[in-house]
Amino acid sequence: MIEAHNIFKSFGDKLILNDISVKFQKGKTNLIIGQSGSGKTVLMKCLVGLFEIDKGSIFYNNRNFSRMSFKQKKEIRKEIGMLFQGGALFDYMNVEENVGFPLLMFSDMNTQQRKERVDFCLRRVNLEKSNKLMPSELSGGMIKRVAIARAISLNPAYLFCDEPNSGLDPQTSNVIDNLISEITKEFDITTVVNTHDMNSVVEIGDFIAFIYQGQLWWQGDKNQILKTENKEINDFVFASELTRKLK
Amino acid sequence: MKLISILGKYLLLMQQVFVKPDRVKLFFRQIMSEFITLGVDSLGIVLIISVFVGAVVAIQTAYNIDSPLIPLSMVGFTTRQSIILEFSPTIISLVLAGKVGSRIASEIGTMRVTGQIDALEIMGINPANFLMQPKIFAAVIINPVLITLSIGFALFGGWIACIFTGEVTSTDYISGLRSFFDPYTITYSLIKTSVFAFIITTVSGYHGYQTRGGALEVGAASTKAVVYSSILIIIFNLILTQLLLA
Repeated sequence: MIEAHNIFKSFGDKLILNDISVKFQKGKTNLIIGQSGSGKTVLMKCLVGLFEIDKGSIFYNNRNFSRMSFKQKKEIRKEIGMLFQGGALFDYMNVEENVGFPLLMFSDMNTQQRKERVDFCLRRVNLEKSNKLMPSELSGGMIKRVAIARAISLNPAYLFCDEPNSGLDPQTSNVIDNLISEITKEFDITTVVNTHDMNSVVEIGDFIAFIYQGQLWWQGDKNQILKTENKEINDFVFASELTRKLK
Repeated sequence: MKLISILGKYLLLMQQVFVKPDRVKLFFRQIMSEFITLGVDSLGIVLIISVFVGAVVAIQTAYNIDSPLIPLSMVGFTTRQSIILEFSPTIISLVLAGKVGSRIASEIGTMRVTGQIDALEIMGINPANFLMQPKIFAAVIINPVLITLSIGFALFGGWIACIFTGEVTSTDYISGLRSFFDPYTITYSLIKTSVFAFIITTVSGYHGYQTRGGALEVGAASTKAVVYSSILIIIFNLILTQLLLA
């Protein structure tokens, strides 16, 4: 479980996160949603420690991450897998090397064991026989799947996904969403997904936190979000003509 | 104030770079790979420039010797001294600042803007150490090798020029090359080269690492890396010459 207590973060004079407190449960796909510029990416980067928070605290299974030394944070980070918006695969490594990189750095596996684990992860994301391809040879959806395989290679306890569907067609988006949701349940991971894709919200949102102007405006699940009377969240969820008609 | 701020950021980055690598075995593998990228891949341009610079220095020296009292072997002597003391270590290091420096800055800068450095950080890896330390060690080791080859090829270029222009005989040139040789000049040259290699890799790495934004900023970082490395090479050339030769 990941808990954030009263988080404040500003850049210069601009307050980006304003007193955010939220809990992300284990074994669930937790979504952070909100308009562009609402602060959801900053919140995620604060949670993983890429940004230092100004005030508040972050707990990973009751371990206070925000008060940890660099060395202690490094240990927690070995339990974290992250899927970046663009995939962030290492350009100079092929698929197999990308997925095997965390294993090479942090496990005592020999070459054969590493190869088996890489093959398992690639099979899990339906990418068999792509081991030797370079990132430049992959499609957008394949890049995301390799990034997921890399993120789960070390059996993480926490999985963060920053806009996993950006730049993908609706069908591929669905595949990625389902993959994230399945992996979360299968490996009992605390997954936090940052998205503004409404399909993801309806499909996989076990828990949803809606961020509006840097504040936690609403929280609930995929069933509650469609019935809420909250104006801001309705403006966000039913932004298009089509969704308004469907409602 | 801005200069102090940049110096402070540079020193803080170096503090992150010079720590024990997470995986020593992988670190040595990275160094071997950097030997190829930074050293072997630069061999062609270094040798071509060296041969032509050596040839030009020899011809210019011969052209400037008018007095019959000065022996023609002075062409070989002057070419050797110019090449060892200045042309090979400084000019070739400036060329490498352009070639290797821009490569390092753009490589690390691109990794920064595409989130690859964040990915390393999330994995619990020290990105500054992982990306920069192998490059620094590799350049400090391989650049003196490049410069030694450069000196050899430049002196060969001078010999070719003397033969083809007929200004100086082969015997005179070689006799000049061998006269009054002080091995310390080689030591001085290689010390300079190692310091320049450190400047090129750390300054370029710093500019790459500080990149924020997109393609435009990566280009700007690459340009800054070359400009600042070159300026620092020129400044340290003067400082080291004063310290080691005065």
